[in-house]
Amino acid sequence: MNVPLIVFFALAVIAVLGAISLILQKHPIHSALSLIVVMVALAGLYLLMGAEFVAAVQIIVYGGAIMVLFVFVIMLLNAGTEERTNFSSLAKFAGLPLAVALMGCLAAAVYSSNEQVQTVAQSGAPAPTKALSAQLFQEFVYPFELTSFLILVAIVGAMVLAQRDRKESHL
Amino acid sequence: MIDTLTQKLNEHWDLIISLVKIGLLVFIVLTVNAYLTWFERKVVAHMQSRWGPHRVGPHGLLQPAADGLKFLLKEDPTPNGVDKFTYYLAPLMALALALTSIAIIPFGPDPIVIFGHKVYLGIVDLNIGLLALFAITALSVYGVALAGWSSNSKYPLLGGLRSSAQMVSYELALTMSVVGVLLMAGSFSLRDIVNVQALHADRGIFGWNIFPQILGFLCFFTAAVAETNRVPFDLPEAESELVAGFHTEYSSFKFAMFFIAEYTSMITVSSLCAIMFFGGWLSPFPTTWTFTHYLPSLILIPFGLFVIWDGIRYETIFGRIILPGVGTVITILGALLIAFPIVNEFIQGPFWLLSKIFIFLFIYVWMRGTLPRFRYDQLMSFGWKLLLPVSLANVVITATVIMLRGH
Amino acid sequence: MIPTNYYLILSAILFGLGVVAFIFRRNIITIFMSIELMLNAVNLAFVAFSQVWNHLSGQVFVLFVIVVAAAEAAVGLGIIILIQRNRQSLNVERVDQLKL
Repeated sequence: MNVPLIVFFALAVIAVLGAISLILQKHPIHSALSLIVVMVALAGLYLLMGAEFVAAVQIIVYGGAIMVLFVFVIMLLNAGTEERTNFSSLAKFAGLPLAVALMGCLAAAVYSSNEQVQTVAQSGAPAPTKALSAQLFQEFVYPFELTSFLILVAIVGAMVLAQRDRKESHL
Repeated sequence: MIDTLTQKLNEHWDLIISLVKIGLLVFIVLTVNAYLTWFERKVVAHMQSRWGPHRVGPHGLLQPAADGLKFLLKEDPTPNGVDKFTYYLAPLMALALALTSIAIIPFGPDPIVIFGHKVYLGIVDLNIGLLALFAITALSVYGVALAGWSSNSKYPLLGGLRSSAQMVSYELALTMSVVGVLLMAGSFSLRDIVNVQALHADRGIFGWNIFPQILGFLCFFTAAVAETNRVPFDLPEAESELVAGFHTEYSSFKFAMFFIAEYTSMITVSSLCAIMFFGGWLSPFPTTWTFTHYLPSLILIPFGLFVIWDGIRYETIFGRIILPGVGTVITILGALLIAFPIVNEFIQGPFWLLSKIFIFLFIYVWMRGTLPRFRYDQLMSFGWKLLLPVSLANVVITATVIMLRGH
Repeated sequence: MIPTNYYLILSAILFGLGVVAFIFRRNIITIFMSIELMLNAVNLAFVAFSQVWNHLSGQVFVLFVIVVAAAEAAVGLGIIILIQRNRQSLNVERVDQLKL
């Protein structure tokens, strides 16, 4: 029971509890806070695996920009607690066991997989940012440029979608 | 018994020394915060031709203690209809994140040797140190946004939304303006950034990163002032604008937590400026001028004598006892530095870093006393239309020059 | 140290929880957040495999997934704002017909 294993279990438990809290919370802002907890726990797991740049990018971009966007929208739209409409009993009694069955199925598929994947130990060696950026800009330069184009399209799209009606200003 | 104790000490040395360093650093940072408030009030007051706090203790030096007591003992009302969990979470988050960012800053080059183990000054040296600092800055937007929203009131909501939009906008310019330094250093680690500047230490002040990166420094400092919500970018929390912005509904200790978080981030930003652009713990004089090593003593001894002289003529009896005592301690410290050259050599690095941090804190307070604040739309257009293009241009210029010179 | 399948099982559990949240919640924004949770679970699997085969393309792909998730969140939240403006409700059961 060495220290990395304890840290892994602590972070894994935090991540799963955050995900369960995402499902169970009534107000969207509490769900958003739970999702931030999951993301920070995952960033910790990436650090444990030695992927330090990915961990930092996860917190900066996912936790510091995307989730801020979610929180802003929840605040601006004044999203309140969810109203409960009636569930069909089938959904209540069959839905949850089926969901657990799905997770069990995926986990069993992983567990009974190739021997080599199971027993290779994680080295936790730090992945140098230089090597990562060399790969990003040499081997993956076309996807990189395409994603920057995609972001530009998304920016223009979001601005067009969220703007106020022009008609109101021509009075 | 002593043997097992020392054996256990050597086994878990890293853990124990980290815990001790963390405790010491938190204590020091909180004390420095308290006296930073005193410093700010005094300096702003003198700039406005008045005295500032001078009743509570000699020269008002016990004012932070009085303020702390007030914050602890004041009534702590919780407004009706707030979202309880988020209301209590927001100041906690702000304070925790601000204090965490101090852990990454290195305070000196050489390790102290205790019990045969090397102890470096600074809690940890991450090889993604700078990136981790930006991650913490990115997360601190939540403290402000959640505080404004959870207060169930118009003005805090507006102040919180404005403040968090401002912080998110200036975060981009902040991270971009630092890329020039990263290109020159080739590493995210803060120690490596100073060590790369130390390669030119024989040139003294001309080896620092400030001269190649003057544009980057100006962008970084401006963006950092906006990130910490200080004047001239403090519209969302100024008293005359939106009542008090996002911390209107917070009182006593929760307000103190926001306060401490703001001053701690000021200290972090000042130390980052000093480390990245001004050589960190390097002296501005070339290393061949070894007579400059007496500068700490040269500053401490006259300052101590001045405090003694001022204390003897002070108006209250309490001041007439305390101030000469403090002055004597400072003078003896300065004399001890001359007497023990080993300690003097060791203290050079931290002395220069702390003086640079002090100068930046003074510039922060100076701006508070002099500059008017931006209007919100001016603030946002300044961030997006001026600061971001200039920092991007800085990156392009630095990259081109490095490529042409072939570093 | 830590066997790979621990990470993969955690990724499977998080993905399953994301699917559960997607199906059972009624608020559009929460459904959107469950999509982000599923993407995060997949990212974890990518980084785990990148460590197994000692190849950095797993981490590069994670960067791309994060970027695409950011773009998708921006546009998706813009659409959600429009839905709120036109139908005055964030309940997904009220948004299931084209007619307002």
